[in-house]
Amino acid sequence: MKIAVCMKEVPDAAAPKRLDPGTKRLDRSVEGALNDFDTHALEEALRVKDGAADTEVVVVSMGPAKAAESLRKALAMGADRLLLVSDEGAAGSDLLATAAVLAKALERESPDLVLLGQQAGDSDGAVLWAALAERMRLPMISQAASLELDGGKARSKRQTEYGYDVLEAPLPAVVAVSDAINEPRYPSLKGIMGAKKKPVDTVSLADLGVDAGEVGEAGSRTTVVGTGDPPPRGETQRIEDEGGDSAEKIAAYLQERKLV
Amino acid sequence: MRPADFPPPFSASEFVAEPSDPADERIDVGILVVGAGPAGLAAAVRAGQLLQERPELAERLGDVPIAVLDKGKAVGAHLLSGAVVNPRAFRQLFPGMPTEDFPFVGAVEREGVYYLTKGSAMRIPAPPPMWNHGNYVASVGDMSRWLAEKAEELGVMVVPETAATHLLVSGGRVVGVRTGDKGRGKAGEELPNFEPGSDMKARVTILAEGTQGHLTGVLLDRFGLQSRPQVWALGVKEVWNVERPLERVIHTMGWPLRGAARYREFGGSFIYPFGDDRVALGMVVGLDTTDATVSVHDILQELKTHKKVRGILEGGERIAWGAKTIPEGGFLALPDRFHVPGAMIAGDAAGLVNVPALKGIHYAMRSGMLAAETAVSAVGPGQTAWSPGALEAYDAALRESYVWKDLERVRNMRPAFKNGFVRGAALAGAALNSLGKLPPRDLTLEGDAEVPVRVGDRASRYPAPDGKLVFDKLSSVYLSGNKTRDDAPGHIRVADPVAREVAEAWVHMCPAQVYEVGGEAGDGLVHVEVTASNCVQCGAITAKGGRLTPPEGGSGPEYSGL
Amino acid sequence: MTTLVFVEHHEGEAAKGSLGVLAKAASLGGDVAAVVAGENVRGVAEGLGAHGASRVYVADDAALAAPLPQPRVDVLARLVQDEGIGTVLFAASVLAADVAAGLAARLGAGLNWDLVELESRDGELVGTTLAFDDTAKVEVGWKGEPRIGLVRSGSFEPAPGDGGAPDLRDVPVEVDDWSRSTAMLEQAHEESSGPSIEDADVIVAGGRGLGEPEKFALLEELAKALGGAVAATRAVVDAGWYPYATQVGQTGKNVAPKLYVACGISGAIQHKVGMQSSGTIVAINKDPNAPIFEYADLAVVGDLHEIVPKLTELVRQRRS
Repeated sequence: MKIAVCMKEVPDAAAPKRLDPGTKRLDRSVEGALNDFDTHALEEALRVKDGAADTEVVVVSMGPAKAAESLRKALAMGADRLLLVSDEGAAGSDLLATAAVLAKALERESPDLVLLGQQAGDSDGAVLWAALAERMRLPMISQAASLELDGGKARSKRQTEYGYDVLEAPLPAVVAVSDAINEPRYPSLKGIMGAKKKPVDTVSLADLGVDAGEVGEAGSRTTVVGTGDPPPRGETQRIEDEGGDSAEKIAAYLQERKLV
Repeated sequence: MRPADFPPPFSASEFVAEPSDPADERIDVGILVVGAGPAGLAAAVRAGQLLQERPELAERLGDVPIAVLDKGKAVGAHLLSGAVVNPRAFRQLFPGMPTEDFPFVGAVEREGVYYLTKGSAMRIPAPPPMWNHGNYVASVGDMSRWLAEKAEELGVMVVPETAATHLLVSGGRVVGVRTGDKGRGKAGEELPNFEPGSDMKARVTILAEGTQGHLTGVLLDRFGLQSRPQVWALGVKEVWNVERPLERVIHTMGWPLRGAARYREFGGSFIYPFGDDRVALGMVVGLDTTDATVSVHDILQELKTHKKVRGILEGGERIAWGAKTIPEGGFLALPDRFHVPGAMIAGDAAGLVNVPALKGIHYAMRSGMLAAETAVSAVGPGQTAWSPGALEAYDAALRESYVWKDLERVRNMRPAFKNGFVRGAALAGAALNSLGKLPPRDLTLEGDAEVPVRVGDRASRYPAPDGKLVFDKLSSVYLSGNKTRDDAPGHIRVADPVAREVAEAWVHMCPAQVYEVGGEAGDGLVHVEVTASNCVQCGAITAKGGRLTPPEGGSGPEYSGL
Repeated sequence: MTTLVFVEHHEGEAAKGSLGVLAKAASLGGDVAAVVAGENVRGVAEGLGAHGASRVYVADDAALAAPLPQPRVDVLARLVQDEGIGTVLFAASVLAADVAAGLAARLGAGLNWDLVELESRDGELVGTTLAFDDTAKVEVGWKGEPRIGLVRSGSFEPAPGDGGAPDLRDVPVEVDDWSRSTAMLEQAHEESSGPSIEDADVIVAGGRGLGEPEKFALLEELAKALGGAVAATRAVVDAGWYPYATQVGQTGKNVAPKLYVACGISGAIQHKVGMQSSGTIVAINKDPNAPIFEYADLAVVGDLHEIVPKLTELVRQRRS
């Protein structure tokens, strides 16, 4: 079976994040790291591989060429191969454009299962999987907290606001996993040293047959109008408890704000 | 009471092991370097250069001829220094490369040394060791990332997130290291994603772990090489974005440190231009202070309230913070030998720091290069690093080099300051002017933990945090990028219970608020609460009576450009 | 140009978040319609007139019984094209996020998510999102139509008024075969043990100021009265007073409930980054200099052991 895991490099959580005042987009020139949320997706793929040695796990990513360094950690953890779509023309791509490119890359691979993480550390709340499943016309399960593969189907328990659903989709399918699904493994030292030898394919948009007009700024259908400071929280209201009436004051405060 | 009266539950032999992995699980490398700092990376680059000239030897060394391990998340994550760098070693390592290509922030154009009092700053003539004309301001972290790239271009494999926890010794020879386990819980239990460490065997090992190097300490103990005590200072550094560029490299002495001999507050501050819009500043104080309430973190905060410093930082924003110890004993605290069968020690781990000149980086690099040259010869055809005298050439080369000569000349300056600032300065001045011939008999150093501590009232001087100029320790730890998982096994060894003054000393000493005084334990003793996940691995605890052991690889601070 | 609001529902009730978005859309003016998809949903649709929808499209079909996204994309895509919808808004939820993104991909439309504000500027729709743990504000727009927006949960309040019954329009439901291939084997039902801290609208959190682990009982009572969950700081979790699953902070969970009541918590930055996006922060601490008072909305300097039980009682009274 072939599993493709979509992963991306995001600016290291420790590096101060900045918006580039020129492009008004995230300044990605700082130190990068593997998106933490994607490592859960990779771990799930590797667990399948642990159980069936002939499983191939390929990591698919879109980003600048230097992203290959952080993505190598995925190879160190046990992925077999990395396919990196790297092209200046893709810079500034929004959700739609990114989904278009990844869909083309994934079609090239023809995987039985596509796994993604549930969020990205740099743009929190990205919903890439649904757009990707739509482009590829594949059934989809999101927020999977467990994954079983059985008889050509994927079955998952997933958490919603109301509790847990159990969903089932025939393969090939797209499954986005939540971080509750597993604890990602540490790469072994052997894995880290062996990662340098594993194949890394870097392709351009042209190699994939992606139209320049579909990606980058040109292909994006959203714009950034401006940036600024977030609205201030407002003044802190202070109560000193004398005479024991704080509880009443708090209750009144909450009621005023319809929080009770 | 002295911290040394309460030794930690630690024995070096716990970290010495025979290789045990079967052949298909262990990793074999040619030359192993532990530590991706200036010493280790200079060694790796030099070895890489030499192997390029000798491809048959490179082949004999196998798949991985040269490997560098580092316990930080990335190269630079655990590196910190001022720093003003003497470019000499860079020129030796990269002959022909123009200086503007070296990874420096800028040349030292103007400098000033100031003696501070609470309300004033008096310019004093800079003592000769501190003349920095021809030197460059640099970030040791950025510099090392640059060196790592050069090393990788030469075929070196740099492996971060990997702690070397055990020295592999077989038949009295160092044959490599064992890396640390990952995925253990607080009580040491194996968690679901537990990954054991591996044996990494090498034909020759260079320990370049920096200050308080773990395996270096283990090796010096195991082979009995540290007959004289080492002493340390703690440096706490901040980087600020500022509105106006700083036009000179500044060093200060005096306030906020107290000069009276009984306090033994030896040290000073540095304030460096760090690019057009940034300033790096830090406070460095010896760890042999007698007042248990000395907190270098907070003395740095105090320093910032001085009008001269406040003026430099006005309108600016703190963007980085870190802390690390510096070995200060110099020549009088060097190990008896720098090699044992199979291994050599280079850089700060070997104590090669010139305290009066505040220089260590170029010595680290030079020693790394010399170790690499010896290493490559030692693994030539028909040779091993384990035969008697195989690595003696390293010691000989060090003794011939400027590293040795510089350290010897200034050897009595630091110990002089045991006598307080005024007498210390006089003694140091005499030593300097006589080019090291005075005083006639070398002064002695006393281990930091041997110094008795008393709870004083220094803490009342520390300014209250305001989140703009003055910060508390937890905010600083946050800025260091430290996200160590809370359920990691505790890596700090301290005795428990201890005398109250000792516990207080640890509480204040630690820049990361790792220690807290716990409940009473009777007989005037108290328990010590340890929040190991705050630890930024500065090494101060080892100097002052406890022991830092390597935590899980990849944990700890994530310094960027310090 | 019509703005269409996707109204989610559960067990016969329209979801509060969707009603809030509907109210916001109505306030922006123009033609506002809603769409309700599911099985036997006319009842939900009828109630939407009072919330700002002049027209409600009803997609009622067995194929939509399970709350799965892909069939809804089929229905909405067709609706948008047939009715010339200019903007489609969703209140974020697991389902809505999937529908919004699938729809955007189907129609080649721009999708902005995690919106906390919407306004009309020079005739253009402009949204506001917060980036980097809510420390930077980014204003976003769309190129072309339709525009698709996913609004952060709880950003807008419903505004029930006296709008009468809306104009109901049945829409044809045609679901592609591949959109049906995901099946729901079991559907979620309310958990009886109360919300987890990630889902809770109200969190009552405790730190070292509680003094001892038994005092968490006080917080549990208050949380129950407020319908929320109990959380803890790293220090008390480390000391074994409360489980790690409830730890909020840099090395624990990130939460953003509508109300966060911090009891006996000093508020060091490691804790702050885990809860700073909370709607309203009330902090109770007897240390007048506790850092948490710098960023709390209501800072109460006092003894939590007295205040919390009294507050619990008052809340219970007001609720009944």
